[in-house]
Amino acid sequence: MAGITGKDAVLSGYAEQLVAEAPKGRSLTQDALRRLMANKAALVSIFVIIAIVVLAFFGPYFVPWAYDKIDYTGFRKPPDFAKGHYFGTDQNGRDMLARTLQGTQMSLIVAAVATCVSVLIGVVYGAIAGYFGGRIDAVMMRFVDIMYALPYILFVIILVVIFGRSPVLLFVGIGCLEWLTMARIVRGQTLSIKQREFIEAARAGGGRPFAIIFRHIVPNLTGPVVIYATLTIPEIIITESFLSYLGLGVQEPQTSLGALISAGAPVVEALPWLLIFPAVFLVLMLLCLSYIGDGLRDALDPKDR
Amino acid sequence: MLGYAFKRVLSAIPIVLITITACFFILRLAPGGPFDGERALPPDMIRNLRAYYHLDEPIFIQYLNYLGGVMHGDFGPSMVMKDFSVSRLLSIGLPFTLMLGFTAFIVGTAAGLIAGALAAVNQNKTPDYVLVFLVLIPLIIPNFLMANLVQLAFGVYLGWLPVGGYQPGAWTHLVLPVIILAMPHGARVARLMRGSMIEVLGTNYIRTARSKGLGTRLILARHAIKPAMIPVVSYLGPGLSYLLTGSLVVEQVFTLPGIGKYFITAALNRDYGVVLGTTVIYIFIILVLNLIVDMIYAWLDPKVRLR
Repeated sequence: MAGITGKDAVLSGYAEQLVAEAPKGRSLTQDALRRLMANKAALVSIFVIIAIVVLAFFGPYFVPWAYDKIDYTGFRKPPDFAKGHYFGTDQNGRDMLARTLQGTQMSLIVAAVATCVSVLIGVVYGAIAGYFGGRIDAVMMRFVDIMYALPYILFVIILVVIFGRSPVLLFVGIGCLEWLTMARIVRGQTLSIKQREFIEAARAGGGRPFAIIFRHIVPNLTGPVVIYATLTIPEIIITESFLSYLGLGVQEPQTSLGALISAGAPVVEALPWLLIFPAVFLVLMLLCLSYIGDGLRDALDPKDR
Repeated sequence: MLGYAFKRVLSAIPIVLITITACFFILRLAPGGPFDGERALPPDMIRNLRAYYHLDEPIFIQYLNYLGGVMHGDFGPSMVMKDFSVSRLLSIGLPFTLMLGFTAFIVGTAAGLIAGALAAVNQNKTPDYVLVFLVLIPLIIPNFLMANLVQLAFGVYLGWLPVGGYQPGAWTHLVLPVIILAMPHGARVARLMRGSMIEVLGTNYIRTARSKGLGTRLILARHAIKPAMIPVVSYLGPGLSYLLTGSLVVEQVFTLPGIGKYFITAALNRDYGVVLGTTVIYIFIILVLNLIVDMIYAWLDPKVRLR
């Protein structure tokens, strides 16, 4: 290979050097991650949320009492380490630690499922409205405007009344009504993405509208969708706990943070531990989620700062 | 402006009709009903009840009858609270709910605007940090929890204010409910106001105003406030339905005699007449208020009304 002049050796050495010294390309995701890591509040919140999730899903296996098990020797007892009631017991002698963890778990599951449903509907709806544009867009977005004005909580309550109080329905019902903001944001992004060359290329190549939407547009929406999904989660947790608080949500013996707070609030003077522990879990979760949401938004969309 | 208002009113009518229709059919076609008690009723009795409430007629006729009734302000009977018609319940509860909601709306919006503007003017200084932190509190502590906490603090421990109930004229009973209802609303308004105010204060025309020697107050009053309010006003519409959600909770926690309490009770009892009636009224109110908000929006932003 090496020529007489040694030119090739020099050049290939140079090429290798270029490769080694090349400025490392940073993708948008890496950039965003770096900015997120620099945000202390968001970072701490992420760890707290992970801790809460682990606690809620694995904690119950290590707690001495089950959430629906009645301890006939201790009703309405304050925290008692000897018996293993670390958060005390409620009026029915059930362990508050187990119930709080179960409630947290329920709130998290509702939030996850409802967020998925709302992302699914919002993304499909928004992308279709944005891509087709014109009259379809006008009609579809007018519908969203109308829905925005209407108090969706009434519809959630009506749904719950009609179909009974199964948790699954609660998840889907909340999700079905929380997609409006997502649809608006996705539509806006789609409007700008569909102007880009690669969409034109796809269209020129004979791609059908729905294939273009789902194969080319939707994957490019990841950033904003992730941000708004994160911002949707606390809202759904609040909605669920609100419904449970009013007695319309999760039913006994299962429980959720809202139901626990609703049960603890009337007796807070005499039995403060019934309110304090679920309330702390709920507020901590909402606080961390709101910090993570803000952090993600700043990280992915720096122009908003 | 008048033409614009007329157009908006016209476009609101089909929305009311569609929601009434949707709610009516969903509730009527749903399985179960107010006659499902602990003990099953004899079939004859059920037949009589159904005939009494006209539930045995074809659903479309029922629908037309209902619609006709609504036009005259008659929302049919309550099937659980048998001494009351839905209209009677609404006429008892509605004035209170409106008063509560309206007061909270005014208080929250005003406080939010002031807090947001103050924070923006002092951006990245101590008042800004304090306000931003204060504004976060009602957004992360759900209102039902907050309501219980203030009841405990101001009602039980300090004994300054009553914890619940209401008689006409007893305004001290309204202080805590209004504050609880207004807080999250005010917090959202403050956040929006802060953001848009910061943006407005960075624009060229504000710099021009400064460079020609206007004082800060004059700049704010004459040039900054109005454009900064545009995003806030566009939020007020959706904000109303948040307020309504809040009033459901507040009426429940403070045991206040508004329609929110009837709605929740009726929902738990499957009293469809009341659920439907309250929903229709809620939607009607929300749409009317949205129209008003749109008018304010058009007044603030000429682009909207000239389109």
